[in-house]
Amino acid sequence: MSLLSVKKLRLKYGEQIIIKDASFTLEPGDFACVVGANGSGKSTLIKGILGLIKPASGAIEFGEGLDQTKIGYLPQDTRPDANFPATVEEIVLSGCLGHMKMRPFYCHHEKKHAMESLALLGIENLAKHSFANLSGGQRQKVLLARSLSATKKLLILDEPSNNLDYKSRKDFYKTLAKLNKDQHLAIIMITHDLDADDLIGNKVIAIENGAATIAKTEEYLEKYK
Amino acid sequence: MIEMFQYAFMQRALIVGLCVAICAALVGVSLVLRKNSMIGDGLSHTAFSAFALATVLGLAPLYVALPVVIIASFFVLRLSQSKKVHGDAAIAVLSASSLAIGTFAISVSKGVNIDLNSYLFGSILSASWADVVMSIVLAVIVVSLYLFAYHRIFAITFDEEFAKSVGVKTSIYDAIFAAICSCTVVLGMRLLGSLLISSLIIFPTLTAMRLAKNFKGVVFASVLISIVAFLIGLALSYMLATPTGATVVLVNLAAFILSLLLEKTRKS
Repeated sequence: MSLLSVKKLRLKYGEQIIIKDASFTLEPGDFACVVGANGSGKSTLIKGILGLIKPASGAIEFGEGLDQTKIGYLPQDTRPDANFPATVEEIVLSGCLGHMKMRPFYCHHEKKHAMESLALLGIENLAKHSFANLSGGQRQKVLLARSLSATKKLLILDEPSNNLDYKSRKDFYKTLAKLNKDQHLAIIMITHDLDADDLIGNKVIAIENGAATIAKTEEYLEKYK
Repeated sequence: MIEMFQYAFMQRALIVGLCVAICAALVGVSLVLRKNSMIGDGLSHTAFSAFALATVLGLAPLYVALPVVIIASFFVLRLSQSKKVHGDAAIAVLSASSLAIGTFAISVSKGVNIDLNSYLFGSILSASWADVVMSIVLAVIVVSLYLFAYHRIFAITFDEEFAKSVGVKTSIYDAIFAAICSCTVVLGMRLLGSLLISSLIIFPTLTAMRLAKNFKGVVFASVLISIVAFLIGLALSYMLATPTGATVVLVNLAAFILSLLLEKTRKS
């Protein structure tokens, strides 16, 4: 069974139709990069999948053990204010909220899960640190750990390498590839440009004239070389 | 010191002031960190015009101001989140227009004796028993909201998009926030003044952010600072016979400057 099937999805922003027809399926363990020109609707598409934008028509179906609130989302740029008073632990724990239903407090299980997310990225030593004092690369890893707390199946990342320097970017991509391989996590990642270096997954979701389709990365490169 | 509370009006002012101080500090953490500080300002001016109009029309001010400000707050919150209009400009326009409407209404109505000064800068004599009951109810609601929704409030304040993606009903929290922010402003403005109440929302959080570097710490520190500043301000205003609102704000300002200095010395 597919992890995610998007069927004839149509998404509007206000009155304007941004995505006319998105139809693709994602299998467990897939790593898909979303590409398309500026303003082609890459962010709109993933917001539709996340349920942040209500679809105008079409359907999104999730596989066994996954639902819309159990996707690990990493929003575009480091939106949180750099001076925001929060510790890494507080932030990563907030990823567990999707599992809590109406319960008001975190229990032992969630705290353990948050620490495991940090450990997966090798930053458990930062748990008590203030978010404001971290470097850009560290901050992005903390937000990735928060997404990991939210999901066991699917990560959706919106241009995660945007504000990272070359070295942190390479490092971040390496981390993602490792998560994809070792944890068998499916990943959907919007990449900023069409640089082949950024197409690190096995698949590409290309958006052109409002239509989103999926292809294997080699096939995609073949076609556009 | 204690003898100042032998007067019933001082007892009422103490209770209303403490409740408002607690609510303002808690609401303030969210408003300041989401960069919506000006909302408190816009609402207090709206409350002023509602109070003025109600008095001129011979209606009970509190029962006019409360619904008017709550409606305005939904409107303002929506504006500030919209990407199409300049939210900050809209709030500035709302503030000035409200102030103008209120002042205009008072000046055209003849035969109504209104102390404009006490609306703008507050009066310690203004707290009624009804205010006392309402402020206690409000404080209980706000504190329990923070207790039971603390982690969700943190998530929304830190990153609304993410909070939404994990299923937190952000629009419900926004509506609740708008309502309690309005109630805090309306209850506090007669005691502390419509021009000054918004600073009570902003100052404690700003000071707390200099002292604590995690969210929990900032929440606790800002409540504590708000309470202590109010008590010191109330006592000082009683002893020096100065307006309570202005005195409380000045104590808050002093605390803020102190926290800045403290942070500087800690860094160096």
